[in-house]
Amino acid sequence: MDKFLGSSVTKKLVMAIVGLFLILFLLVHLGINFLLLIDDPAPFNGAAHFMATNVVVKVFEIVLLAGFLIHMIYGIILQIQNWLARPLRYKKTAFSQTSFFSKYMIYLGIIIGIFLFIHFMNFYFVKLGWVEGDHENFYGMANDLFQLPLYIVIYLVSFLFLAFHLHHAFQSAFQTFGLNDRYTPVIKKIGLIYSILVPLGFSIIPIVIYFFK
Amino acid sequence: MNITLKIWRQKNKLDKGKFVTYKLDGVSSEMTFLEMLDYLNEKLIKEDADPIAFDSDCREGICGMCGLYINGRPNGPEKGVTTCQLSMSVFKDGDKITVEPWRSKAFPVIKDLVVDRNSFDKLIQVGGYISANTGAAPEANSIPVKKENAERAFDSGTCIGCGTCVAACKNASAMLFVSAKISQLALLPQGQVEARKRVIDMINEMDNLGFGNCSNTGACEAECPKEIKLTNIARLNREYLKAF
Repeated sequence: MDKFLGSSVTKKLVMAIVGLFLILFLLVHLGINFLLLIDDPAPFNGAAHFMATNVVVKVFEIVLLAGFLIHMIYGIILQIQNWLARPLRYKKTAFSQTSFFSKYMIYLGIIIGIFLFIHFMNFYFVKLGWVEGDHENFYGMANDLFQLPLYIVIYLVSFLFLAFHLHHAFQSAFQTFGLNDRYTPVIKKIGLIYSILVPLGFSIIPIVIYFFK
Repeated sequence: MNITLKIWRQKNKLDKGKFVTYKLDGVSSEMTFLEMLDYLNEKLIKEDADPIAFDSDCREGICGMCGLYINGRPNGPEKGVTTCQLSMSVFKDGDKITVEPWRSKAFPVIKDLVVDRNSFDKLIQVGGYISANTGAAPEANSIPVKKENAERAFDSGTCIGCGTCVAACKNASAMLFVSAKISQLALLPQGQVEARKRVIDMINEMDNLGFGNCSNTGACEAECPKEIKLTNIARLNREYLKAF
């Protein structure tokens, strides 16, 4: 078994499994975020309370946090190995037909990671009691944040970069699982649609709140 | 036509190396790229200068010995050709052409444009073989092979081990080469005996030799002179999952 553990392909497999799990979680998060558009704070706060207290969700929370950490740590290790594999770069490089965003996954990931930290400071660490705030009224806190133009800009830019990250990530995960055959064009289309719709869904919410609420 | 060449010169493995610019007159568009370099070398020899070292053997796109990074792309701007098959007709009078060796930790430069690709041989040594009894060839039809598998194995088998995939990959990964070698054997009954050992050993060796990891970017597939497909890498991943 130790022959498998440290190998490049195993690391890629772990990245893909965790990545797809995080991709699925985004949908759940988006579903809850849409409750912010309702004028009544009760549904959103109820959902936030459920997420904070339900035992099954709490187990998933640990898996999710571990998933984030593993995805980040493995991503950094793989990237450092990749840089070391070409100590002297080419003087001149031209364009070749490739998955464009795959070349920038580490940088996109770092930006998403920074946003995640800001997001944790605003909400998750409040829930844990590490940062001050009203953890029973995340609805009010989110609405307050979405009145700040600078925060909205950071939020929108972060989700734009998430869209770029997802565009490569989704189809790449299936290739890593060894699925590349007649279904690949469909997988690529689903990935494209997902990478546009989900970040767009997240992005609409602060815009609607800022301009219409 | 007249061209300006900016070529990587490096005396030996330890030398730091640098680009040297050469102006070359009288280049014919009917020359191949390597013939153009021969022509430059003849001039350098006449001038008592050190000719440029570069690799080549068959000069018909079969052996995989040549391979230069030309104007930012492995094997130059044409698709599906090795460096030796590249014609000077793709360039114009007055063009500036930058020529670099393959850049990879696993392919150290020996001299000028010549790199040491022994790491590919090491990869083949750990798994790119099958066990077959010596003696008379067995009857060809005694082991049935599905037609599509035979064709896919043949397609994978067209890999000439030139290293373009490593040169093209932003991570200097050897996954397309290794996956082609694994695929051509995994698709045939004769390759099944060592299938598990092959995929484990070749991937571990690939990592040990200092190649980068695969990002599923697809530059290897886009630049491969034999147009080996990314589906080979997916098959390698499947073979690896089966080996767990």
